[in-house]
Amino acid sequence: MTSSVSFLTTKPHLIVIGNGMVGHHFVEQMIAQGGHETFQITVFGEEPYLAYDRVHLSEYFTGKGAADLAMTDGSLYDEHGVRYFTNSLVTKIDRTTQQLVLQNGNALSYDKLVLATGSYPFVPPIPGHKRENTFVYRTLDDLDAIRDCAKQVTRGTVVGGGLLGLEAANALKNLGLETSVVEFAPRLMPVQLDDKGGAVLKEMIEGLGVKVYTDTATKEIVDGESAFHRMNFADGSHLETDLILFSAGIRPQDALAHQSGLSVGERGGISVNNHCQTSDDDIYAIGECALWNNRIFGLVAPGYAMAKSAAGHLMGDAGVTFTGADMSTKLKLLGCDVGSVGDAHAQSQGCKVFVYQDEISQSYRKMVVSEDGKKLLGAVLVGDNSYYDTLLQYYLNAIDLPSQAQSLILPAMDGAPVGLGVDALPATASICSCHNVSKQDISDAVCQGALSVADVKGVTKAATGCGGCAALLKKVVDNELLALGVEVSTDLCEHFAYTRQDLYNLIKVEEIKSFSALLHKHGKGHGCDICKPAVGSILASVWNEYVLKKEHISLQDTNDRFLANMQKDGTYSIVPRIPGGEITPDRLIVLGQVAKTYGLYTKVTGGQRIDLFGATLSQLPEIWEKLIAAGFETGQAYGKSLRTVKSCVGSTWCRYGVNDSMKMAIDLENRYKGLRSPHKIKFAVSGCTRECAEAQSKDIGVIATEGGWNLYVCGNGGMKPRHGDLFAKDLDDETLVKYIDRVLMFYTRTADRLQRTSVWMESLEGGLAYLKEVVINDKLGLCAELEARMQHVVDTFQCEWKTTLQDPEALKTFRQFVNYEGNDSNVVFVEERDQMRPATEWEKQQLIAKVG
Amino acid sequence: MTMPWKFICKQEALVEGAGVAAMVNGEQVAIFYVPESDNKVFAIGNWDPVGKANVLSRGLVAHLQEQWVVASPLYKHHFVLASGQCLEEDVNVPHWQAKLEGGDVFIAAY
Repeated sequence: MTSSVSFLTTKPHLIVIGNGMVGHHFVEQMIAQGGHETFQITVFGEEPYLAYDRVHLSEYFTGKGAADLAMTDGSLYDEHGVRYFTNSLVTKIDRTTQQLVLQNGNALSYDKLVLATGSYPFVPPIPGHKRENTFVYRTLDDLDAIRDCAKQVTRGTVVGGGLLGLEAANALKNLGLETSVVEFAPRLMPVQLDDKGGAVLKEMIEGLGVKVYTDTATKEIVDGESAFHRMNFADGSHLETDLILFSAGIRPQDALAHQSGLSVGERGGISVNNHCQTSDDDIYAIGECALWNNRIFGLVAPGYAMAKSAAGHLMGDAGVTFTGADMSTKLKLLGCDVGSVGDAHAQSQGCKVFVYQDEISQSYRKMVVSEDGKKLLGAVLVGDNSYYDTLLQYYLNAIDLPSQAQSLILPAMDGAPVGLGVDALPATASICSCHNVSKQDISDAVCQGALSVADVKGVTKAATGCGGCAALLKKVVDNELLALGVEVSTDLCEHFAYTRQDLYNLIKVEEIKSFSALLHKHGKGHGCDICKPAVGSILASVWNEYVLKKEHISLQDTNDRFLANMQKDGTYSIVPRIPGGEITPDRLIVLGQVAKTYGLYTKVTGGQRIDLFGATLSQLPEIWEKLIAAGFETGQAYGKSLRTVKSCVGSTWCRYGVNDSMKMAIDLENRYKGLRSPHKIKFAVSGCTRECAEAQSKDIGVIATEGGWNLYVCGNGGMKPRHGDLFAKDLDDETLVKYIDRVLMFYTRTADRLQRTSVWMESLEGGLAYLKEVVINDKLGLCAELEARMQHVVDTFQCEWKTTLQDPEALKTFRQFVNYEGNDSNVVFVEERDQMRPATEWEKQQLIAKVG
Repeated sequence: MTMPWKFICKQEALVEGAGVAAMVNGEQVAIFYVPESDNKVFAIGNWDPVGKANVLSRGLVAHLQEQWVVASPLYKHHFVLASGQCLEEDVNVPHWQAKLEGGDVFIAAY
């Protein structure tokens, strides 16, 4: 039985079926054009969530929650009177009465209808494809199910080696599964890559420990012997695996079109014209469910373009038509750069090809040019995407190629790839294809007062889709600002018209040893709380002098000035160094005794150390006297410097350990303990791939392997977690230390102030590949110097507390008051769980009232 | 009516380019020694009204927009040394006249 849901409205009723990225974008477009005034808009989504970012779906496994991926929390809809219903599957369209029926039986009328139903994953009808522990990779619910299963098993296989399949393989690998990829075609990414590119990618991916089977057809899936499934292949071989993930392409979700008799393509897809109208003028189809000119567009940018043209048409603007879309794409798959532009397969008539291949650093690049050599028709990139933006601009804007066109894919001998200056781009050049933002749009936005990348993003939405154009956007914005005469300031502060990196180089090259000398030569005014600590840190990185020396003391933030961590009530916490978290019972007892003597709150830290809270300024030297007598050193928890090297016990005790992670952790902590850096640095060393020390979430992570050590760099926990990038594999002890020396010194020298390694890596042009070039292949010829600089820091290490206790000048600054021997009466403690803690404001008032 | 000058400490007790705390009539005062400034010494309240702790003497001295300020170590609010005014929020801390004379530090207070 159906009941009618009636909406009391006089406006024509526009219903959108589907609330994926494209459906959501359509609503945004309607709202932007005032469509919510013209129409009563209602949205139905089948999933339990409102639209989320499916392009970045895999990040759901690397720390992002559903809320992070959400494209709206519904407030945009609420504010504009758009009604929306999740968990609502539309099962039927009656075109003669213009009514829809929902799964729950409710029916309602429409005047205009937009189908944005997307696609569904194609599962090849292999016998056994419906067995347990088989999955697809499309929705958050799919990912939840995969994650649950992965917890129980060890081996996973992806059927399909296309773009999405490799993305899914990466996810399985990150979930800790031994991962394989089975592809029916003779190469990976058959749509985007040619044979050679596919082969290079295969080699790179196999180098990361993922097994790749190309040219392999699965005949059936049956019960396994050593695993849950056995996949029997057509050639008679087989593969045992616990989890199977099908990612063999997508199919348009066109069931409603079939049911209601709309015109559909032979192989599926709802046929649409240039306004995205279906064979019924009142019904539109956009995104992956729509078939335009016999093509399905499985990327988000064309979907957005369709949404825009449909919205335009509904609002009476027939000028915005959809006439196909560029399918060029660049992405990072399993950490490998892959790019494909235009005619990647060189199928255009008479075209010519340039190819560059480097088997040592594993990269492959191909350019397809027109017969006369003047225009770029297509390109394939594997291993290094730094060439992509330039190639894409030549292609999209049909810019005449330079006379030595091959230079566009050849490595530049002095480092950076040859780029096309943004000046050379025509005003019509498309900068952001997801939101169809041209160079002119950006120029207009800047002229209208958007004077930063963030502002331009807000106004134009550029770089807010897949984000691939962010670097290019910044260049265009900077260029536009320059053209307007607006200075693009990278100055550290009002006292220094230099970046941190410039100051580092000045200090090093001119052998400047104090803030006042630097200010005198290269700055102006008297300094501030930005430049003083930044310069103090650089001076310490380069010369490693005692930070409380008379000329340095006023540069230090309070924590560095008093060599302890200030807490909210003005007292300090104390963290002695406990390298690798290894501590003798005797020393543990000393910590307990000190804490007891001074009534300090005691807590074990996340970095495997012990933190003693609640010491007053004047207590710090006394406490440290006792700690140093017992053999402790400063832990530098107060500094922007190496904090801890976390470790598991490793092969000495653990039955799974393959190497002595404990010794390595202690050695590394003792080597780098004095290093002042742009921000704090954390390490961890794990004794086997079970990774109990969580090394992949650290700035420097080391994991023992059968062949030595794997080095991960630039990971982070905290507010914005980032998995470390695998930097090098199976290193011996000596090479490991050498690489860490170089990475840390290169970071110290080039990062911005207060920039963690994870952010530094994200902002490093050329990214991981570039860092490897610098550190492993010595591309900049810097390695010897980086090592020498680190050795200097190691050789000149001093325990700052030991030095301070011997320096009466420094000690005098640890008095609570210069003219009075009492304590700060505002520091009040109460007891909780058998220890003391700071009293709250309310508690303080009660205590004062009692005393009064 | 002029305030009497009250002796606080010897100049040696100060830290160049930074602050120290003093107790004056039961009130905590942050005293800054800034040799490059015209005044040389400044005195403001030690209480950070934003962070709600006695910490301003332990902040970093900075020179912003032609004024000497201290950045609180807790949430980095800036307070003008000559007036006690906070640059970021509409709050201020007490301030006193201060002087350096014959190697002694004085502030104007009862």
